[in-house]
Amino acid sequence: MRRVALVASLLALFALAWAWVASLDSVDDLLVASPDETWKALNDDWSLLIDNAWTTLHEVLLGLATSIALGVVFALAMHLSRTLREAAYPLLVASQAVPIVVLAPIFVLAFDYGIGPKIAIVTLICFFPITVNVLDGLRSVDPGQLTLMRAFGASRIRTLRSVELPAALPSFFSGLRIAATVSVIGAVFGEWAGADEGLGRLVLLGNDQLQTPRVYAGIVLLTLMAVALFALASLAERLICPWTREERTA
Amino acid sequence: MQVQAEAAQHGPSSIRGTLVALKGVGRTFRSGKAEVRALDDLELEVAPGEALGVVGVSGCGKSTLLELIGGLQEPDAGTVAIGGETAAAARRGACSYMPQRDMLLPWRDALDNAGLALEAQGLGRREARRRAEPLFERFGLEEFKRARPGTLSGGMRQRVAFMRTLLPGRPLLALDEPFAALDAITRSSMQQWLADALVSEPRTVVLVTHDVEEALFLCDRVVVMSSRPGHVVASFTVPLERPRDRTAAVTDPRLASLREQALEALR
Repeated sequence: MRRVALVASLLALFALAWAWVASLDSVDDLLVASPDETWKALNDDWSLLIDNAWTTLHEVLLGLATSIALGVVFALAMHLSRTLREAAYPLLVASQAVPIVVLAPIFVLAFDYGIGPKIAIVTLICFFPITVNVLDGLRSVDPGQLTLMRAFGASRIRTLRSVELPAALPSFFSGLRIAATVSVIGAVFGEWAGADEGLGRLVLLGNDQLQTPRVYAGIVLLTLMAVALFALASLAERLICPWTREERTA
Repeated sequence: MQVQAEAAQHGPSSIRGTLVALKGVGRTFRSGKAEVRALDDLELEVAPGEALGVVGVSGCGKSTLLELIGGLQEPDAGTVAIGGETAAAARRGACSYMPQRDMLLPWRDALDNAGLALEAQGLGRREARRRAEPLFERFGLEEFKRARPGTLSGGMRQRVAFMRTLLPGRPLLALDEPFAALDAITRSSMQQWLADALVSEPRTVVLVTHDVEEALFLCDRVVVMSSRPGHVVASFTVPLERPRDRTAAVTDPRLASLREQALEALR
């Protein structure tokens, strides 16, 4: 509860500072919207905003799902094959060094205007933290634990299922939390490169047409979306990995 | 508390044959150019049903010895056999290994942790739990069946680890300093617990420890290993029947004398 109060007061402080900056004479009303203008836009344009938010959320969720599948498969393959791990790791890092802003228009050109390139861009950003974290989790298992499984006569698959995969779950969720926060950025880049709908496109359009309050409202919704996804990933971890919060009495 | 006078003269191994036999065993580890001779010309026999204590200072190759017996390593020289079988896979199948740290999986409850060795052999989870359940009742942990390791005390965790070791029903238990990580009071009560547990679940035991008292309290026979390269330098038969009463064991003059001799051999 104390944490909630702290966050709320910090947020209120931020809104006050924002309102103050927006009210300055030297600041053009067309270029900076105040909190209450933003609030008004959120109310007036609600159906427009929410329709476009659904489109963006759709892209984000499909991209995240693809990232999870791809990230887990990559991590498993690299965990099981040392050769693959050594060969693929530099490529994995290189995939993140490519500037997404430049890549997005190329994707849209290559794969058309629809949802495909957006999912591809979200995936390109999000699979990396998942792959790296799951791989670290799989490799974090105590060697003594693996020796013990060998002593019990366990097969490779059995050890993977009973020991390594569950051990990697908390790391997977760490990766997912990072992926969830950056996924929305990926969708926005994708929409900026070319789209018919979506919050990213709405923001870009509003910017061109000097509908500044609507732009701000879109940004607020995008931020909320990322925060909500992060919270959802954290909640899933609490439910699925309750042992990580247990105190050791030994 | 009955004293078995005969055991002192004959020793169990001369009566009941041999389950574990190590002959001329050597093991060298190489890291880069450096070579470490961990074991050299080690001779050891364990009779069925016998509890053998192996004591030695840190780094004398005690853990290597257990891993050789348990089929987790192969010797460079000599042979290691359990029940006449020398193949590593056969040794793994005949020996149940318990490491110093409990190695319980934090996401499994106590029952699932105890059943892990059974699951490793291909048994289903439900069946593994079913077989583990009676042990929890016998060893006084019924209330903690569904507790995860993070909420258990060190002694309870070690008991769960011991059940995990027992459940595959293999004839030989290889215990690698099972209580070394516990505090002194818990260690002492766990030693008593293990002594009693081995009465209800009789097995052949090789117990590796650096604690002479622990070996003398729990075992029929105690061998002392030299430091690197490790080999057996002394062997003592404990002239008391198991399970022993701790007070009687501590005050018994013969045990006191064995303790002195064993400590002398360790130097």
